[in-house]
Amino acid sequence: MKAKGKTYRYKDNVDTDVIIPARYLNTSVASELAAHCMEDIDLDFSKTVEKGDIIVADKNFGCGSSREHAPIAIKESGVSCVIARTFARIFYRNSINIGLPILECPEACDNIEQGDVVEVDFETGKIKNLTKNKEFQAEPFPPFMQGLIESGGLAAYMSKQGDM
Amino acid sequence: MKMTMSQKLLASKAGLKSVKAGQLIMADVDLVLGNDITSPVAIGEFAKFGRKDVFDKDKIALVPDHFAPNKDIKAAEQCKCMREFARANDITNYFEVGKMGIEHALLPEQGLVTAGDLVIGADSHTCTYGALGAFSTGVGSTDMACGMATGKAWFKVPTAVKFNLTGKFNKNIGGKDLILHIIGMIGVDGVLYQSMEFTGEGVKNLTIDDRFTVANMAIEAGAKNGIFEVDDITLDYLKAHGKKTPQIFKADPDAEYERTIDIDLSTIKSTVAFPHLPENTKTPEEWGKVKIDQVVIGSCTNGRLSDLRKAASILKGHEISSDVRCIVLPATQQIYKDAMKEGILETFIDSGCVVSTPTCGPCLGGHMGILAENERAISTTNRNFVGRMGHVKSEVYLAGPEVAAASAIKGYLADPNEGDN
Repeated sequence: MKAKGKTYRYKDNVDTDVIIPARYLNTSVASELAAHCMEDIDLDFSKTVEKGDIIVADKNFGCGSSREHAPIAIKESGVSCVIARTFARIFYRNSINIGLPILECPEACDNIEQGDVVEVDFETGKIKNLTKNKEFQAEPFPPFMQGLIESGGLAAYMSKQGDM
Repeated sequence: MKMTMSQKLLASKAGLKSVKAGQLIMADVDLVLGNDITSPVAIGEFAKFGRKDVFDKDKIALVPDHFAPNKDIKAAEQCKCMREFARANDITNYFEVGKMGIEHALLPEQGLVTAGDLVIGADSHTCTYGALGAFSTGVGSTDMACGMATGKAWFKVPTAVKFNLTGKFNKNIGGKDLILHIIGMIGVDGVLYQSMEFTGEGVKNLTIDDRFTVANMAIEAGAKNGIFEVDDITLDYLKAHGKKTPQIFKADPDAEYERTIDIDLSTIKSTVAFPHLPENTKTPEEWGKVKIDQVVIGSCTNGRLSDLRKAASILKGHEISSDVRCIVLPATQQIYKDAMKEGILETFIDSGCVVSTPTCGPCLGGHMGILAENERAISTTNRNFVGRMGHVKSEVYLAGPEVAAASAIKGYLADPNEGDN
């Protein structure tokens, strides 16, 4: 599976309160959440994001609350992948659990700017910056997580395991 | 065996003799928690696990505390969704408005968590129960749904950083100053994916409420969990509140830590985190004159009886500044009642504070104290991100109850150890 899109470039510690502000958490309807995604740091995001686009950020992306509404809002926006130097741990597991692909790759983060067109191959972990003609290798997922992602999320994975 | 406290507890819950850092395990959970924001998503996911019933109706806690009492129609629908699920599944520990409190103050008070428990909660501050020697950690709604359906959760076994505490606090210094000091030192991703294990002879000088406050904010340093070594203070608390039998896990003498950080509690000063990250900490000599519009005293971090006592002891006989609104939120109904009996609520009201029913409300910019553009609050809560308490151009300063109360009187950020407070 591959993803390709233009990138939105953010810095360190993008927290869940800016990914989806709590004032919108009185609903769990994905499309309503997506309409306000990133609005406290990037008012244009929800207006300009297109299917397949990629978010690239520096360290500790998704820090803060456990709200699964954050990866849901990003996924529902059409974002195909988030690449960061590091992810906060709850955001990391939530993304895997709901099937939003995320990759840690500091080298890619050093070499991707806002608007660059980037292609990601999830099987090999290869990230290509097509605008700058550069290629990077992300850390592959451990087999357990690969299994989770291939099953289509935690619910499907656990159902397959039966009464474990 | 070389295991830390957290690793030993996880090994036990996974039915394994030993585990190593980095190992992926499936473990049995003792309690699954959700609130009115995260549970509706989990309830939607629950159906996908293909189980008719929850794994154990006594091991699930559902608490409407974030936008409850219902702040608007949409929030009312979310609370209704959780209430109906609780009724349909005969959930023992559903806490309706009137019985509810802020989840992380409520569950220990109700004796639902003990030492040695493995707790997952769809709320990031679930790490609070590490104060009692439990392994507890925040997860998302899908993990919560999985927990409710199967009683299981997956974990990557964490490495740990050891915090070796010595000495004791000076006057008007407490758990909040300690944890803010630590986050200021190591950063908001200082212990990403790791356990914070608190040990050393200084632990005995921390009250159980100090420990709740410290463990509560482990997530603000990126930690998976924060855990305290169990001692007589823990066991006394568990005896007073406990319905469950504690199990004590001690780190092996040769346990491996990523690093050890020594902290002498007597060196900790009043510490405040400036906007917009909990790591932007400053001590009084660096504060300058920061004028404020609002003070919030409460939350899962600092809404316990001892926190209210500390704030009230500073406010007693004073009126708050006429430029300030001070909102006090006892964290549970029991705390509210105890504070009422002790006359603490009267002190707050006489000082010009408003006392609210228990709710997370203002901490996350939900209700009961939202900030307007360019307004500033000093708050005993746990996050000061952009827009956290309201307008995207408002500011939150994080502090302990003593600093919050002293500041309410002055109208600007104030050190309780200075002047005539």
